[in-house]
Amino acid sequence: MPNRPKPRNRRQTLRYGLTVAAFLLPSALPLAAFVYYPLGQAIWTSFQQWNLISPQKWIGSDNYKSLLADPSTAAVFWHSAQYLIAYLPLVYVFALGIALALNSRLAGRNFFRSIYFLPVVTSWIAVALVWRWLLNPNSGAVNAVLGWLGLPGPGWYNDPHWAMASVVLASVWKDTGFVMVILLAGLQSIPVEIEESALLDGANWIQRLTRITLPLLSPTTFFVLIISLISGFQIFDQVYAMTQGGPADASRVVVLEIYDLTFRYGQAGRASALSMMLFVVILAISVIQLRGQRRWVHYA
Amino acid sequence: MPNEHSRGRPALGSRWAQGLLFGVVSVGAAAMFFPFLWTLITSISSRIGVSAKPSLIPQDPSLDAYRQLFTELPFGRVVLNSLGIAFIVTVCQVLTSALAGYAFMRLPFRGRGIIFAAYLATMMVPGQVLLVPQFVIMKDLGLVDTYPGVILPSVASVFGVFLFRQAIDAVPRDLDEAARLDGAGHFRIFWQVILPLLGPTTATLSVFAFMGSWNSFLWPLVILRSREMQTLPLALAGLQGQYTTHWDLLMAGSVISIVPMLIIYLFAQKYVVRGVAGAGLK
Repeated sequence: MPNRPKPRNRRQTLRYGLTVAAFLLPSALPLAAFVYYPLGQAIWTSFQQWNLISPQKWIGSDNYKSLLADPSTAAVFWHSAQYLIAYLPLVYVFALGIALALNSRLAGRNFFRSIYFLPVVTSWIAVALVWRWLLNPNSGAVNAVLGWLGLPGPGWYNDPHWAMASVVLASVWKDTGFVMVILLAGLQSIPVEIEESALLDGANWIQRLTRITLPLLSPTTFFVLIISLISGFQIFDQVYAMTQGGPADASRVVVLEIYDLTFRYGQAGRASALSMMLFVVILAISVIQLRGQRRWVHYA
Repeated sequence: MPNEHSRGRPALGSRWAQGLLFGVVSVGAAAMFFPFLWTLITSISSRIGVSAKPSLIPQDPSLDAYRQLFTELPFGRVVLNSLGIAFIVTVCQVLTSALAGYAFMRLPFRGRGIIFAAYLATMMVPGQVLLVPQFVIMKDLGLVDTYPGVILPSVASVFGVFLFRQAIDAVPRDLDEAARLDGAGHFRIFWQVILPLLGPTTATLSVFAFMGSWNSFLWPLVILRSREMQTLPLALAGLQGQYTTHWDLLMAGSVISIVPMLIIYLFAQKYVVRGVAGAGLK
């Protein structure tokens, strides 16, 4: 503590403490009141039977037991996983392709970066409406294009087999720019000299990509993977506005189930238990990946 | 970001390959932009109904849909709600984050590391876990369906604290010392010496705070009930339920929600990109 004269007496100590409090409390109080306290409440509520109105009733781990026995719990997690299995490779490959292109001496790359990033700043609800219109089975633009190509247009969000694909398509469109900017920052932190010396050694661009760029980009890839997995299990807006979880619950994901349990079916205790399970899944992903990271990530 | 405008990377391949690459990137960009164009065109196509065929040239172009949103439906109020809430959230986040950043960098106290870790740990908690208890807290405080009810959970931002903490760390301590020798206390130093130097950080956090609030849906959906309290995403979701096939109306609503953010983005692009890219680098 070099830059502060040591407080000499109790009054000065008190004064200093008040100063620290004045700087810290405007953020610490809201975090305590709206994160830590509710987190405790969520844990507590998960052991109660409660419809938000009548008094809570302690039922121990019954919420967890019945959730684990209920096939619809596995179904909502599976739907979130299905979303991720389709979404992750698509968003990463597109974003990487664009980032690699924009990282070379391409004319107009700042302009292109702006265009690809545009969807990131939009509201999911507005975007969901737009994509419902684009994917409209009867008069949507996508099926019109498919028709010109002689391909049959699927029923998209009206078809249980295509509902999740619709959500994935809209999500990839919306998120590619975000992942691209992160990958671009990662690519730009790779020293130009390494690539140039590989070029002098006669490496072609595929060799440079697979032997140099991708390994040196792996910390960024790892970061993208973590945040995509974590946010993928938390999707709500796009599903709520595009499919309402349907048809036939085909796109019902975890957070939609938490919302419906609480506010439609009056089962706040059960909803809290489900939210704790989501929390555990997300923590587990972080831990597993933090361990796996050492094996395949090459820090430059 | 180093090298961004200067040297550029070695080309991926020959001149021919560069041309091909430019073509592919252009087609991709056109595909990315198409939904915006399509939305705009549909919003001014007044005859678009269930039976209408999609067309790039609007038949009977008119602003009827926009007129309907602002006269028959309360979209004027809705836009003001969204603007007001986003503005207050932004001001609060910048202030609380800058203050906390100063405390973490310039005010040594016992347990500072632990408290900062406790701040960061909140980023591990998915917001949906807090949904039910936050709603109950607001109900107990009588804040359901009020502006404070929507705003309060987002007055602090750990992302913002993180940004400001880094930015304040980069300010030379000599400046503090000079001000202190002039008799300035911590509040004067914060307000008159440090904060004026943090323009870029303030801009970055402001854009993210405004965007987050303007686009947020789940919490407003839970806490706001009456029509005159609705924010834009809520009103849009309601519109969809009520006017399922009035595509001109739905797309006009989307345009009203999307365009302000696009304009802010185009002006503050550098700060947005810095915020996103900074998240990926340690």
